[in-house]
Amino acid sequence: MEKDTDTEKPQKGVLGEDVNDFCMTICTVNGSGSATANTTLLKAIFHMGIPISGKNIFPSNIKGLPTWFSIRVSKDGYLARVAHDDIIVQMNPTTFEKDLDYNVPGGVVFYADHIELPIHRDDVIVYPMPVNDLIEEADIPRNLREYMSNMVYVGIVSQMLGISMDAIHNALISHFGKKPSLAESNFEVVRLAADWAEVNLEKKDRYRVESMEPLDDYIMADGNVAGALGAVYGGFQFCGWYPITPASSLSESLDTFAAKLRKEPKTGKNTYAIVQAEDELAAIGMAVGAGWAGLRAMSSTSGPGISLMTEYMSLAYFAEIPLVLWDVQRVAPSTGLPTRTAQCDLIQNYTLGHGDTRHILLIPSSVNECFAFGWQAFDIAEKYQTPVIILSDLDLGMNLWMTKKFDYPDQPIDRGKILWEEDLEDFKGKWGEWGRYLDVDGDGIPYRTIMGNTHKDAPYFTRGTGHDDYGNYSEDPEVWRRTLDRIKSKFDTARENLPKPVYRNLEGADIGLIAMGSTEPALIEAQDKLKAKGIVTDFMRIRALPLSKEVGSFIKAHDRNYVLELNQDGQLHQILTLDYCDMAKRLISLAYIDGLPMTADYIINTISAKEEN
Amino acid sequence: MADKKKDTNVIGLTRSDYKGEPSTLCPGCGHNTISAQIIMAFYEMGIHPNQIVKLSGIGCSSKSPTYFLSQSFGFNGLHGRMPSLALGAAFADTRMKILGVSGDGDTASIGMGQFKHIIRRNLPMVYIVENNGVYGLTKGQFSATAEKGLELKHHGTNPFLPIDIAKEALIGNASFVARSFAGDPKQVRELLKAALSHRGIAVLDIISPCVSFNNREDTLHSYHWGRQHEAPLHDISYVPKKRAIILDEFADGETKEVTLHDGSVVVLKKVEKDYDPRDKWQAMKILEEAEQNHWLVTGLIYVDPDQETLYDHLNLTEEPMNRMPAEALRPSPETLERINRSML
Repeated sequence: MEKDTDTEKPQKGVLGEDVNDFCMTICTVNGSGSATANTTLLKAIFHMGIPISGKNIFPSNIKGLPTWFSIRVSKDGYLARVAHDDIIVQMNPTTFEKDLDYNVPGGVVFYADHIELPIHRDDVIVYPMPVNDLIEEADIPRNLREYMSNMVYVGIVSQMLGISMDAIHNALISHFGKKPSLAESNFEVVRLAADWAEVNLEKKDRYRVESMEPLDDYIMADGNVAGALGAVYGGFQFCGWYPITPASSLSESLDTFAAKLRKEPKTGKNTYAIVQAEDELAAIGMAVGAGWAGLRAMSSTSGPGISLMTEYMSLAYFAEIPLVLWDVQRVAPSTGLPTRTAQCDLIQNYTLGHGDTRHILLIPSSVNECFAFGWQAFDIAEKYQTPVIILSDLDLGMNLWMTKKFDYPDQPIDRGKILWEEDLEDFKGKWGEWGRYLDVDGDGIPYRTIMGNTHKDAPYFTRGTGHDDYGNYSEDPEVWRRTLDRIKSKFDTARENLPKPVYRNLEGADIGLIAMGSTEPALIEAQDKLKAKGIVTDFMRIRALPLSKEVGSFIKAHDRNYVLELNQDGQLHQILTLDYCDMAKRLISLAYIDGLPMTADYIINTISAKEEN
Repeated sequence: MADKKKDTNVIGLTRSDYKGEPSTLCPGCGHNTISAQIIMAFYEMGIHPNQIVKLSGIGCSSKSPTYFLSQSFGFNGLHGRMPSLALGAAFADTRMKILGVSGDGDTASIGMGQFKHIIRRNLPMVYIVENNGVYGLTKGQFSATAEKGLELKHHGTNPFLPIDIAKEALIGNASFVARSFAGDPKQVRELLKAALSHRGIAVLDIISPCVSFNNREDTLHSYHWGRQHEAPLHDISYVPKKRAIILDEFADGETKEVTLHDGSVVVLKKVEKDYDPRDKWQAMKILEEAEQNHWLVTGLIYVDPDQETLYDHLNLTEEPMNRMPAEALRPSPETLERINRSML
């Protein structure tokens, strides 16, 4: 059993054994085509049944700046980022020296041997890779050389770590799909490099992989693809969007999948429309128009786009228009760090809009949950006739994760209280006169007709100005107050009907951990490792706002609740404190933002320090 | 006793079926005239109010959709952002007539981006700009269409050159551009009918005087100036499809006929110049000449009945999308199985 020592860093320790338990970072130049090589390694290890995660730490740049791809291999299934590297694959001279600092003692450096720089560490094992010579030997066309040279490290690393050539071959075939010849030519380079390593490199390090039981219930996907698929299966009909990192691939994926899955079988015509708007002001305007007109409408963006959408979101709240909005969060304020991850838009979204607005938020933690919330959000939006914001982030949205297979929706599509011609006639028989904002059944949710309804009583006029139960303009103080109170009451109903928190409780815990979204893997790992140190915790993951009353019970059951999140001000902590001010002393904020995904080490170190006091 | 049948249109509705709430705009406001002509145009064309969707932004003009077509669905959106609202709504049922009402404050400032982009996409809709050169609802500030040198009571002299809505539409490749004057209701009505028959975006820049804040006799957006300087390009008559084969009544004088996408015909009777609204170069020229010479050129400035619309690019189902049954919106479990298998 390896002993944990949680003091000086960098150090080996948090990572357990050498087999199927290490972090490898591949350092390349942005635009050099390393994505294929990195994905190949990732998928090959996944195909060997070994739990794995990959994180692309990339610049806001198309070509030329440094980029890192960290692969974490963990037999225990820990998928969070780790701050230090056991293995470095170095293809970038610019970051050569600095990257070395992240290497653990006894760690490994594979480096392209044309990088002629001194290696200032004598406690690491070094393997030079003759990248240029091998590419020369492989007789690669000149225009493909840069891309193919990445396959050299795939081959050498695979040989040295024991990644099976079959797994690499399968990963390449799956990657190149309809272009099998490209898969084969890449594999030739991999093979050549692996053979070279077998003959020329002597294994001196302690890292290797070994096949495990197949991960049958798992797939590899990113959150943006999953969110798009969720929308497709949730029956989305309209998406207005505008390109922004890190959200673009969500609406782009929607385009790809909808084209295959959402055509009328008989006519081959589309049952949806996707429009790339001129900006986010228009993207959300289109979604509001479509949601109003009875389409399942959505948009996707990131923080700066959310800011631009604010005014229409205030109108959608007040005029009670359903739509789904994805915020794939990135680091802010301002333009911030467009290619880095954060959980910094929580409060902004919760009350997005001028005046007393509030929104339902869904906060997925996994790729699988991006899919689930992707379809559920439409039912929730139409049920409550209000926008639903799904809060993802760059780490979840753009990185490839090992995740549970997508489950087919277990609920039929729920369009909420919509009245077509006959429904309106029935309504009148049952309730008397219809008004767009008339709450006849006391749940705060009125019935809505939508354009095209030819019943003579169906039309009404929607406005962002004060209106009465029939949609007529009103400045009456009593009407204003009553309308706003009714709208708010929908949120109290929603509290207990949104995705409830999920728990990971350990026997005998008196400390609570509270978090949301993509930090979950770090929390789970930290929980286990804290327990090994004698600090036993329960973990509650918040999945939606407004908060379920269960949240209060959890806080109450723990003397100290640490709230962990990736933003400066402890935004989730603030919302918890507002809702449960009587228990404010039990809530302790552990928030920070630096652009990188949370590590278990951060949680372990900060909580250990707090608990020692 | 009046014959009741005489007071109904081809679909048996009366004019009051097209009316709205009483206007709360100032008496004499040009916008009220336009509202009245909207009522007349739809009534005379026999379009059922339940087949019309009216949308607007913010401002006096944007308030007006409550003053007509009470039996139509409507949405009063955000400042300058009626076009995006219209576009999203239009997909729900592409058979609907989309009527957008905006003003110069709404369109020519914050709305300029959405105005240009809705034109670029050629969404089939009628886009009316009720243009008075002034912000009325906030009590008389300059708008972006106010002419250079305009003096307003509380705001001094406007130092900037104006934005010309019709020029902006034309240069943005709008498929239908017209200018009219609220003081010429017949022309407004005929242009509206033509716009409603056009398949694509129809931009109507209608000079609509603000009697409270910008109606001095010498100002460009006033009734007086308009009446003195209106230079109609033609005497315009709209002939619905059913009657289009009998065009004899227009035979006297020189006429031009433009057949619109639905088979209706716009008959343009020559007034002074020989003007062809299918010639974009001539359209640009006439707008520039008008500006140089201080004419209020009115009429159908440009039309291309055959330009591709947004719908042409999207391969949309013919069925109204907002009536699609839920079952049609969710792909089968087998498809998700395939997707899961492809993600290994």
